[in-house]
Amino acid sequence: MILGNLVAALRARLEALGGTVTSAVWRLGFAARFLAYLVMHSGTAFRRFRLTTAEIYFAGVLSLIIILVSGLFVGMVLALQGYTTLQRYGAAESLGVLVALSLVRELGPVVAGLLFASRAGSAITAEIGLMKTTEQLSAMEMMAVDPIARVVAPRFWGGVISMPLLAALFSAMGVFGGYLIGVQLIGVDAGAFWSQMQAAVDLREDILNGVIKSVVFGIAVTWISVFEGYDAPPTAEGVSRATTRTVVTSSLAILALDFILTALMFTGGNGK
Amino acid sequence: MQQSPIVEIEHVSFGYDASRPVLRDVSVSIPRGSVVGIMGQSGCGKTTLLRIIAAAYRPSAGRARVLGALTTELDREGLFAMRRRMGMLFQFGALFTDLSVYENVAFPLREHARLPEELLHDLVMMKLQAVGLRGAAHLMPTELSGGMARRVALARCIALDPQLILYDEPFTGLDPISFGVIVRLIRNLNDSLGATSIIVTHDVQEALGVVDYVYFMAAGKVIAQGRPEEVRASGEPFVNQFVNGRPDGPVPFHYPAPQYGADLELAA
Amino acid sequence: MNRSTIDLWVGVFVAAGLAALLFLALKVGNLASFSTSQAYQVYAKFANIGGLKVRAPIKSAGVVVGRVADIRFDNESYEAIVAMNLDAAYQFPRDTTAKILTSGLLGEQYVGLEAGGDGVMLKSGDRLRLTQSAVVLENLISQFLFSKAAEGKDAPKDAAK
Repeated sequence: MILGNLVAALRARLEALGGTVTSAVWRLGFAARFLAYLVMHSGTAFRRFRLTTAEIYFAGVLSLIIILVSGLFVGMVLALQGYTTLQRYGAAESLGVLVALSLVRELGPVVAGLLFASRAGSAITAEIGLMKTTEQLSAMEMMAVDPIARVVAPRFWGGVISMPLLAALFSAMGVFGGYLIGVQLIGVDAGAFWSQMQAAVDLREDILNGVIKSVVFGIAVTWISVFEGYDAPPTAEGVSRATTRTVVTSSLAILALDFILTALMFTGGNGK
Repeated sequence: MQQSPIVEIEHVSFGYDASRPVLRDVSVSIPRGSVVGIMGQSGCGKTTLLRIIAAAYRPSAGRARVLGALTTELDREGLFAMRRRMGMLFQFGALFTDLSVYENVAFPLREHARLPEELLHDLVMMKLQAVGLRGAAHLMPTELSGGMARRVALARCIALDPQLILYDEPFTGLDPISFGVIVRLIRNLNDSLGATSIIVTHDVQEALGVVDYVYFMAAGKVIAQGRPEEVRASGEPFVNQFVNGRPDGPVPFHYPAPQYGADLELAA
Repeated sequence: MNRSTIDLWVGVFVAAGLAALLFLALKVGNLASFSTSQAYQVYAKFANIGGLKVRAPIKSAGVVVGRVADIRFDNESYEAIVAMNLDAAYQFPRDTTAKILTSGLLGEQYVGLEAGGDGVMLKSGDRLRLTQSAVVLENLISQFLFSKAAEGKDAPKDAAK
């Protein structure tokens, strides 16, 4: 009798798990079709570039402060921590290399992506979700205007364009912060700092790969943000949960994609 | 000259999911130039019927002929063309919160017509004048009261001079003055534009004062129809209860429950 | 927030972003150096390249004169063939030696060129005849151990006499 109950409970759990997985996969498919539709109907977003420009402002320009300040602090911390460790091996002059490579390859795209997801991504989700709740999207449809082309697509492209720029600004500020602490404060030789950095950081291997990463992250984060907003249940609770989901899913996606891209880019070609 | 009805709903059934039909075999005919009310309790399917007329949903059975075309046969182009001749007023206005009043009314004009700015300006001012809000053109939707927001939405609705105007619960939550304003506007706009209006509402008394014809719905069916005087004098029990606002009748006061005594745990 | 202000700020933002990218490319990376100047390619065969990687520097007298372009395996001579891009500004004689050296004790490996005395200079496509392979740490250690073991064997024999 007890065994029967146990089996029934286990079965219910497994069915629930299976249901969650199937619905997650279904949702991913739905999100993919949504992205395809959005990209195909992006004509308005580019022909009337004013719409996209406004979104670049809201996603990119308004994120500038947090990106620049965070970049500066991350660079400064890298220099501090890096110096303590490098100095033990007499390699303090490689501080520039440490700071620059960490930022350009990893921290720039990833941390800027995480900050972008939490600031701009959640704002986009909330905005689209609220427009859905207050029937603004339905009203647009009733006026024979495609809400995806008019409202969603400009926000998507605004985010995709902003993200690589923000990552580059983050890395640049970080290097500057590393310079401030390393050279000005701690006293590492400025010449060694910059020359070793320039010798070690390669344009194609490091910087270009970093840019590619930030573009991929931008697409992923903005896709998740607009989809969650568009798909949110039209209630206050629904929108708030969608906003949270955007930040969580985007962050996980960034970290997972970072692993995949790093594995592809930075270890794949090292057979020689 | 008898023109064909602008909207003909023939034996339409619909359900959001197959197991629970919201509309059962509904037939409605809206003559041109009239103001028609569709009334009933919450959940009787009247809003869904309106959405079917707006071609937002497709009937699972029956036909919906709107502005001369069958809604089931429309492709995207045809659908958009039809919607340009229609205007829909949503329950709370649904104004675009990031645009000013002026820009909200100008929106359909900008999207569908290439007009020079001066002409656009004049048209927007005319529409705002018709609803009495020309002086509020520079305000943002968040600065408007409920009644004003709805009037701006109405101005936006008629921006393209539609032939068919749909009202989804236009009187909800309005104070008596705004109420009277909207009621007057519905009738005046309909007549001056030569359009047809369909009002979904459950504000019986005021609606009966403005409509030419009324359909009563309950549980997804049309249970009564007629001109306002006929309806007011109707002996049909549900219509009687609804029109006169009686608390008990065919729609019972008590939600189905077990014996009162049993619930209070008294001796049976 | 009117239209022109938004446009202005977006313009500033995009310009700043591109400037940051340019800064990274020029000051942080090595765009300004080597890759734009003229280069000619020479080859060298090594028995063991150790940890030499593509794009490793090629130095002579401590100055970077080129970069390793390609590393391949010769299936006939069972040696590594290293293709090197040398800066066209520098000419080397045909009997130049190429050695694989390590920067510092545990640093990355590079190719060091020691010029010979031949009058004829290397041209594009030439092969350096004289090469010295990388020092492989394991071989060093096993050499050391063997020599120690050999000493140890001799010692008991001497003692036994």
